[in-house]
Amino acid sequence: MGILDHHKKIETHATLLLVLSLLVVTIGGLVQIVPLFYLENTIEDVEGMRPYSPLELAGREIYVREGCYVCHSQMIRPLRDEVERYGNYSLAAESQYDYPFQWGSKRLGPDLARVGGRYSDAWQVAHLINPRDVVPESIMPRYSYLMDTEITGEYITDLMSTYRLVGVPYTDEMIAVAQQDFAAQGNPDESSPGLLDRYHSAQVRNFDGQPELTEMDALVAYLQMLGTLVDFSTFTRDESR
Amino acid sequence: MWDYVKLIVLAAAALVAAYAASQARDLAYMVHMIIFMLAAAGVFLWQIRHMGESEHNQNEYMDGVVRYGVVATALWGVVGFLVGVVIAFQLAFPDLNLELAGGYGNFGRLRPLHTSAVIFAFGGNALIASAFYVVQRTTAARLWGGGLAWFVFWGYQMFIVMAATGYLLGSTQGQEYAEPEWLTDLWLTVVWVAFLLIYWGTLIKRREPHIYVANWFYLAFIVTIAMLHLLNNLQIPVSIFGSDGVPVWSGVQSAMLQWWYGHNAVGFFLTAGFLGMMYYFIPKQAERPVYSYKLSIIHFWALIFLYIWAGPHHLHYTALPDWAQTLGMTFSIMLWMPSWGGMINGLMTLSGAWDKLRTDPVIRMMVVAVGFYGMATFEGPMMSIRAVNSLSHYTDWTIGHVHSGALGWNGMITFGMLYYLVPRLWKRERLYSLSLVSWHFWLATIGIVLYAASMWVSGIMEGLMWRQVDAQGFLVNSFADTVSAKFPMYVVRALGGTLFLTGALIMCYNLWKTVTSVGEAKPAASAVPAE
Repeated sequence: MGILDHHKKIETHATLLLVLSLLVVTIGGLVQIVPLFYLENTIEDVEGMRPYSPLELAGREIYVREGCYVCHSQMIRPLRDEVERYGNYSLAAESQYDYPFQWGSKRLGPDLARVGGRYSDAWQVAHLINPRDVVPESIMPRYSYLMDTEITGEYITDLMSTYRLVGVPYTDEMIAVAQQDFAAQGNPDESSPGLLDRYHSAQVRNFDGQPELTEMDALVAYLQMLGTLVDFSTFTRDESR
Repeated sequence: MWDYVKLIVLAAAALVAAYAASQARDLAYMVHMIIFMLAAAGVFLWQIRHMGESEHNQNEYMDGVVRYGVVATALWGVVGFLVGVVIAFQLAFPDLNLELAGGYGNFGRLRPLHTSAVIFAFGGNALIASAFYVVQRTTAARLWGGGLAWFVFWGYQMFIVMAATGYLLGSTQGQEYAEPEWLTDLWLTVVWVAFLLIYWGTLIKRREPHIYVANWFYLAFIVTIAMLHLLNNLQIPVSIFGSDGVPVWSGVQSAMLQWWYGHNAVGFFLTAGFLGMMYYFIPKQAERPVYSYKLSIIHFWALIFLYIWAGPHHLHYTALPDWAQTLGMTFSIMLWMPSWGGMINGLMTLSGAWDKLRTDPVIRMMVVAVGFYGMATFEGPMMSIRAVNSLSHYTDWTIGHVHSGALGWNGMITFGMLYYLVPRLWKRERLYSLSLVSWHFWLATIGIVLYAASMWVSGIMEGLMWRQVDAQGFLVNSFADTVSAKFPMYVVRALGGTLFLTGALIMCYNLWKTVTSVGEAKPAASAVPAE
């Protein structure tokens, strides 16, 4: 065991011990993380992904704030039962504008990656007000107070500018009319010309049925667009990924 | 002179915080700034009343901060376990998500509160307190940096309070075990760098030629957590007057970074740091030397090298590229070996002292902790195999696994440490009651068994129910069916947690009585020799 005798040098030198420990723990991270930023097939090449619209983004903020990711995954694995239950397995491309990812780690409730369009707005609202009214077995908390919390999108422009800073391709136009788009998507009486050109397949309607724009509108707008963007006819599987 | 500089800085900090609170864009930020303001003002007043006081005797160990750390560990432990019991009952009885609490008491906000309270508040305080104690005893030197140790202690408590209030008020960045947003993250960075400096500085000024093995683990834990924390929490604030920030990583990269962080919060916070604890307190309590010096060298370097690769096993079958998943699985399985190296070194330290298990409930606690460590580090590599993970992922099995590690290993070794430290730090001749330690031991052990067993059953059951298909190939169970099937297991789990909490309360009573009603130790025993 001659080699272990040399360990004396390390264990009698605090700084050497510190530096060597740090070097040893850096290696794994470097090998696993760095290539993800330059290997081209890390994010699949598919059509349809776009940044969140202002109202959807506000809904996502509520989703994160309430800790929905604690019980709901947004990552369908390529396993037979999951694909049958939830739809096509999730692509890396589908979460490319999620800062951070919301894949989750636990399913106390079902996966939400493709929940968009699966239920009506009325069902979603009723379910959020009291989940057990529509699913008796549910153990989800109630979120009725979202109905009472009005939102104006006061800081949505700042939020989108920050997202642009980290790499989301929001255009100058998108940021300039963010407030207008925010109000118009949840209230068809207001108009924001070109909303659907800026955010293709955005769903424009009064989501919660109340005249005011509330957190419920934003959250349901977000839920209703989840998993609806990618055009799977443009997707080809890369075996070497 | 230095005292006046401190006063000016503190006054300025209080004023800036007051101004920031007045400009706050959200409630969480306002509360955080008010906490800052009050803390700065409080320290300002304390400083005025202690102007010109000289430093304590440099030849004495700095134990005041360790005593505070011990109290904080016990206190946050009870808080964390209590929140855990509450959310366990919420899952069985959803109406406990009280509607009149207006969302502040919902599972989605309390669950991060529970995980952070037990990992970072209970575990973190146990690590900081024991690190300060162990590094002084094994280097025969007083903590480096004078009052900086007090800054680390109080600064860390402030981080805990900021994180906890933030979750309740809806300030979270949405990454498990890394929920706090930019302001809280920045504060923790400052505190953690101070912690690293103290530890490193004390090792440098040591009066022992060799650095004892426990310190390798503590040092690696502190420096690795600094690296993980910084990279996983890089965020751009939306406004300096709001708690909200946008992480710089997205999608698949953020997933990889998050679980590189998340698994090594387990690997370094809950393993390496606690192994440092094991390497000091088990030999001391058993009055035996560490079993094998060579094994400690090999398992230390192997453990820290391999652990950092294990993150991707949290992302099996996801959109993370296959090569990364395969690397994660391979290294997770290899990790079994150094983990068991540590377990063997801990258990075999009892060679020749096994009889103490009969008479000393404290050593029994420590040994059971190492036993749970061994079980959890076997179960972990097994669950990281892709085929097993396809069943276990997203289910309660993971929750059971985590808790056999957290309650069994981290909890039990910390309880053992507290029982060891309290009589020594308060210079008492013995613990108040060994039979209460036994009660704690059995309540905690039975609690863990109920917890882990119910989650195994529930997790494997739901995993099988999700994938069950009938003869025609259709799915048999709706998701809601699997939820209602888990109800009995959720009740058992909550009862297990209640037993564990009861044990911790008994410990608090026992430690309190040790300090207040046990006679002082004889002076001969209180003069601590350099070890």
